[in-house]
Amino acid sequence: MADFEPVLLANVGKADSWTLPVYEQNGGYQAIRKVLGGMSPVDVIETVKSSGLRGRGGAGFPTGLKWTFLPKDHPGPIYMCVNADESEPATFNNRILMEDDPHQVIEGIMLGCFATRARVAYLYIRVEYPTAYKRLQSAIDECYATGKLGQNINGTDFSLDIFLHRGAAAYICGEETGLIESLEGKRAWPRIKPPFPAVEGAFRKPTVVNNIETLACLPHIINRGVDWFKSIGIPSTGPRDPGSYGPKLYCVSGHVEKPGCYEAPLGLTTRELIERFGGGVWKGRKGKMSVPGGVSMGLMTEKEWDIPLDFAGPGKVGCLGLGTAAVTVMDETVGIFDYLTYTCRFFAHESCGQCTPCREGTSWSERILQRIMAGKGRLKDIELLNTIGNSIGITPGTTICGLADGAAWPMKNAVTKYRDEMEAFIKKTNPNGWGVEDAVEALQLVQLGH
Amino acid sequence: MAVITVDGKDIEIGDSERLNVIQAADRGGVAIPFYCWHPGLSVVASCRMCLVEVGQKNKDTGEVAMQPRLVPACQTPAKDGTVVVTESAKVKANQNFVQEGLLLDHPIDCPICDQAGECWLQDYYFNYGHQKRRADVKPFTSRRKDLGEHVTLFVDRCVMCSRCVRFTREVSGEGELQVIQRGAHAEIDIFPNHPINNTLSGNVNDLCPVGALCSKDFLYNQRVWFMEPHNSVCTGCSTGCSTQLHVSENKLHRIQPRYNPNANDWWMCDIGRFENGHVHAEERIDGVKRKKADGSGWDDVLWNDALPEVEKLLKDAVTQHGGKQVAFVLSPFLTVEEAYLLGTYAKQVSPDAPLFLGKVPVVEADETFKAGFTIRKERAPNRVGVEAVIKHFQAGEVPGWDAFKLAVESGSLRVAYVTGNAPAVWNTDSEASVLEKLHKLVVHDMLPSPIARKAHYIVPGVSSAEKDGCYVNHNGLLQATEWGVRPTLGAHVDGQTFSEYLGRKGMYHAASVIREVAQKLPFFARAVDGVPEAGLNLITGSEIRPTTTELGTVTHPLPTFRSVGSPLLEVERV
Repeated sequence: MADFEPVLLANVGKADSWTLPVYEQNGGYQAIRKVLGGMSPVDVIETVKSSGLRGRGGAGFPTGLKWTFLPKDHPGPIYMCVNADESEPATFNNRILMEDDPHQVIEGIMLGCFATRARVAYLYIRVEYPTAYKRLQSAIDECYATGKLGQNINGTDFSLDIFLHRGAAAYICGEETGLIESLEGKRAWPRIKPPFPAVEGAFRKPTVVNNIETLACLPHIINRGVDWFKSIGIPSTGPRDPGSYGPKLYCVSGHVEKPGCYEAPLGLTTRELIERFGGGVWKGRKGKMSVPGGVSMGLMTEKEWDIPLDFAGPGKVGCLGLGTAAVTVMDETVGIFDYLTYTCRFFAHESCGQCTPCREGTSWSERILQRIMAGKGRLKDIELLNTIGNSIGITPGTTICGLADGAAWPMKNAVTKYRDEMEAFIKKTNPNGWGVEDAVEALQLVQLGH
Repeated sequence: MAVITVDGKDIEIGDSERLNVIQAADRGGVAIPFYCWHPGLSVVASCRMCLVEVGQKNKDTGEVAMQPRLVPACQTPAKDGTVVVTESAKVKANQNFVQEGLLLDHPIDCPICDQAGECWLQDYYFNYGHQKRRADVKPFTSRRKDLGEHVTLFVDRCVMCSRCVRFTREVSGEGELQVIQRGAHAEIDIFPNHPINNTLSGNVNDLCPVGALCSKDFLYNQRVWFMEPHNSVCTGCSTGCSTQLHVSENKLHRIQPRYNPNANDWWMCDIGRFENGHVHAEERIDGVKRKKADGSGWDDVLWNDALPEVEKLLKDAVTQHGGKQVAFVLSPFLTVEEAYLLGTYAKQVSPDAPLFLGKVPVVEADETFKAGFTIRKERAPNRVGVEAVIKHFQAGEVPGWDAFKLAVESGSLRVAYVTGNAPAVWNTDSEASVLEKLHKLVVHDMLPSPIARKAHYIVPGVSSAEKDGCYVNHNGLLQATEWGVRPTLGAHVDGQTFSEYLGRKGMYHAASVIREVAQKLPFFARAVDGVPEAGLNLITGSEIRPTTTELGTVTHPLPTFRSVGSPLLEVERV
């Protein structure tokens, strides 16, 4: 793996890498030319399907398969929504792609739209990315000016318009149906499924929602072929595991010497990521734990750092999944409750408020943790956090979208993996009250404003 | 027949029926709790109270494949072979957690909450909640916001079911309400300076399953458990909404819509709901009045003396002027029975006595809302019914109020018996001045009015809240109303008075009279076996849709309660 050449990040770092001439000099827009020169949409879908490309947005759903859910022979319009609302804490791989190589993204969108017969693509970008927004917009302008976007591209009957839509800073807009609602100008309350967006999505029309990084893989699959793509990553291990193929952008942040976004074949381990790319845990300290792919995926202990970060790996140690492959490393000085408090505060802040279990569960857990941090914890609270964690999310079926799962996994993992530390912390910080049984007594211990 | 299995019990549903699991289970007597679902609104499945385990039975092998996750019953269609489990530990744990979550920040101010006693949160917590509060949150804040003329919001009691928001978007179509903020801070609000003042606004108070949205009209008026419901029909317009009068101690406290798919679905307008001040008005006519000979005022007449006096007046007039000059005006606010009795009496006084249809107040146009609910321009409940009665007694066109006025003006009428029975804006001095030409005038009404002031005799009548009877709406739907309030002191129920004119013995009994009407008048033939709750279609002849099968009540969804969850509650109840 040492000789792995970056693919998605190949142009990053070059001068003016975000301009059309630079992209074209480096082989840009070959794939779309090839596709328009004689491939049919079905060919493209088949190619992507056989490449085993899985969505990079977090859920890891096979991209080609997702496209086949669109109704056949639909009179249109079909819409493509590009999810660039990259809001998962510590995740920034989409930003790098959009800022430094926007044309690669656009070419991916063109290929995706060609395959799905979408003629309009909405790129939903979070408002906190002004540079990415500007560079994407100027890249789109360049494409229109040179006839790469618009009506009858390259003289074929393929037409495509791309619109940028800026979000308003809400995590929930990254959920695909929340994104669609927000795009339609409504409150981003995720929709109940069915119908799935492929059947009824944006403006009640069939809609594909794909992540930026997923789409950025498409030109390379078309250019270099399925075999090349499948030679990278970790092959399927069984019928229930579609395999993890292709290059992946890993973000590493937190307590490492060189935080950043690095490209590697899928299946890199956390330890490799930290040692080879991140420059090791900072200040010569020992690592304690990490999140595998955005905080919503749960928690990995230092002992679990040799698990490969592919779509199947984190699940083996009780995490929710690979997520966005954004690893946040925490060294030995971080307390488990520090981590949990900030995580739960985030989800309580970002819960959309639609489903009762998530709305109340996230805010309750935040307040329990604030009380523990204020030195008023009870041993009972650990079990309470675990109960809340087990009660919310689409895994038990109690919420509409997966945000609550993201809120639940850190709690569940922390209780499973760090119960001793949690108990010790509570006993130490609340030597007189840790054994209190009754919530009413706990109320008398502390009065929290909220 | 499609068969679905709920908790091991097979329930049959019609093949063409599109029911969800809540509705289908209800058919079999299994109550699935819910907040956000409402049969008249879109499905959002966000309260998560109705989560159940669902599977599909294989027709051939009989094997059941259960879905691994809980699913919302409101969003799951009941299809042949659907298997539903509502009593498993998983389902109970979720109900438990949802209840616990909803009470986290709830002020629990039941003692001062209007909704207490009909609050779903209270009832569900009793049945599905924990025994003990685990929450360590300091609960009490109680903010109140005014949202409109009739609507006030107690912010912290809200469970965010979003029914009210959906109502304003989907049914009234005005969209005044919205959700602001996010997560646990989310709350219902209006857009700045755009209060919810549409004519359907009162419905959001009914829709609210908890004490968050309260009717300002009813606020702190009466505890709900002291009130008795009485099925009634709104007399505000010819839509004829099915309603319920909530009465305690002979006082009408509030009016709520009663589900009737043939008339009003789940809704009613604010006009019918709030404009009922006349029922307990101070100035109600409290006895029969005879104008003094010099016209300077009124003498009270005892009921026993009054009726013979009025009768003598009418009969003398017939002798003196001939039957053609003695008119009876049948108000469209009379019930079918009353119109029939008065018509019968008129023809008894003289077969020639002409019958007129009373004034039918009409505004400019119908007001139709997004989901089809309509406030009709014809602001009277029973024009169709009274017309049918008049047609029975006299052939040809039914002459109306204007024809009556013309006849009075031209001098072809000398004496008239005019029924009113409604607070009316049209009843003005100029309208009344024509009647001065009459030799004698008897007015049968409940409130003093310009027309009543022209009368030689005023016979007190009662409001629709005080009487039994039937109305026929614009579409020919015959509905029965029942009295909720006793007649104000000194007034008699109109039907009773008319019975006495006819010399009938005993108490007036509307249900017997409508049967008599059904036997004599073909138009009303369908009512021969009485009038069911949903009414009868007299004109279209189409089948009545029942009121009971669709969980239609707005006030409370659950006819039956189970005791689940808490061992404390598992006490045998008598």
